Amino acid sequence: MVLDEKDNRSPWEKIGDYFSANSVWMKWYCTGCGAIEMPPTMTSRFDMERLGMGPMATPRQADVLLITGYLSTKTLRRVIYSYEQMNSPRYVVGFGSCTVNGGIYYDSYATINRLDMYLPVDLYIAGCMPRPEAIMNGFAKLIDMIKKGEARGWRHYQENYEWYKKNQLDSLGEVIIKDEFHE
Amino acid sequence: MNAMNFVYGFLVLVAVFIFQTTLTGINRKVTARLQKRYGARWYQQFLDIFKAMRKDSTSHGWVFDFGVIMALGGIMATVIFIPVAGFEAFPGLDNVFVISYLLAVGMLGMAMSAAGSGNPWASIGVARALTNMLAYDIPLMIVIFTMIFAFDSASVGELAAMQQGMGVLGWNAVRMPLGGIVAVIALLGMLGKKPFDSFIAPAEIASGPMVEYGGKHLGFMFILHEFMTFIEVSLILNLFFGGGATIWEYMLKYAVLYTFTTIISGVMPRFKIDQAVKYFYRVPLAMAVVQGLVVIFTGLGVKIWF
Repeated sequence: MVLDEKDNRSPWEKIGDYFSANSVWMKWYCTGCGAIEMPPTMTSRFDMERLGMGPMATPRQADVLLITGYLSTKTLRRVIYSYEQMNSPRYVVGFGSCTVNGGIYYDSYATINRLDMYLPVDLYIAGCMPRPEAIMNGFAKLIDMIKKGEARGWRHYQENYEWYKKNQLDSLGEVIIKDEFHE
Repeated sequence: MNAMNFVYGFLVLVAVFIFQTTLTGINRKVTARLQKRYGARWYQQFLDIFKAMRKDSTSHGWVFDFGVIMALGGIMATVIFIPVAGFEAFPGLDNVFVISYLLAVGMLGMAMSAAGSGNPWASIGVARALTNMLAYDIPLMIVIFTMIFAFDSASVGELAAMQQGMGVLGWNAVRMPLGGIVAVIALLGMLGKKPFDSFIAPAEIASGPMVEYGGKHLGFMFILHEFMTFIEVSLILNLFFGGGATIWEYMLKYAVLYTFTTIISGVMPRFKIDQAVKYFYRVPLAMAVVQGLVVIFTGLGVKIWF
């Protein structure tokens, strides 16, 4: 995310980053398109477990939030909830053109255009759709970034929380909560 | 009992952790080969555990935190009492009942912690895990009580030693073939292998009791799972497959038995929890009762090869 910082990690953090890089557990947020590219990546043709990657059941257990395809403003709220539930160090990977600039839904009233306005994206995998080769390639790059300490999106999110929060609220608009217990 | 016993106990824990985690890694590779994949590295399980220990984690109140420690403590205490190839860190305390009651401390700690997270999936998972326990325990306990009755001993180490020196024919699984089959089926249930893994089903109930664990809590749960696997496989190995005369024989038999359960698990679909209970109360329970009646009333299997 932020490439101009120097590598000032302690030796313990370097060891920790070695473990993080070699054991990447993902939470797939596949409410847009693109979920269909994951099964071939996981099964015998491309076999992502070779790199230590694997799907996990809940955001609490996961290291990487993989967001595939377009995000509607309604699902954005759930994505943010999921991201906030994850334990740091945590990484976000945007998958497909729609997370980069809106893709073919760039003028839709119901989708967001740029994911990194709302969450700190460490890596984009461009394409519509990216094939499993591209996914494997992208994750090899992510593993390399974690190893070198360049994937610092979660820290950037902590430091610039005000900015992200403002963008999130702007996009979500007015929140009307119907509280039927206190009426 | 002196200070050396405690040192031995600690060494047993370290050795068991390294051995079982390595074996789990190799078994992940076995599963991958069954699915025609290349699979993870053999030390991947170590990387996963250390990665989880490195992360931050979220607490859900002190019951959640305390349950994890209680479960890990209970399970680690149980591991120390398991006899391995005639070696016991605390001699004379390897009773079947001691082990099964201490194991319950760990199980209940896990259940308490998971329920303390307040997540409904965790409660469903715990309910299913305890139901599953009730299902496999009754047939298994009938067979084990039969064995205790027949050989007049409840010591796991003694029961293992009795089976040695006669080759395969001495094994209780061969002397009591129905009991041996029941034990292996119950082992699948204990380990949460398919088809009896409905309580950790990741796609249906978001990994059940594990749903709210992340970071260090999850790391502790992984370590706990390795120890628990060791206890369960060791119990069946000692009681039904003669343990091992030497440590190498024990490790080899252990690896074969554990890999066997992985292979069965790799080709099975998943039972629903009610199907699993019905299955256990129909087939293995009937086999266990028949085996018990045969052993108690005819003595067949106890003294036939003597």
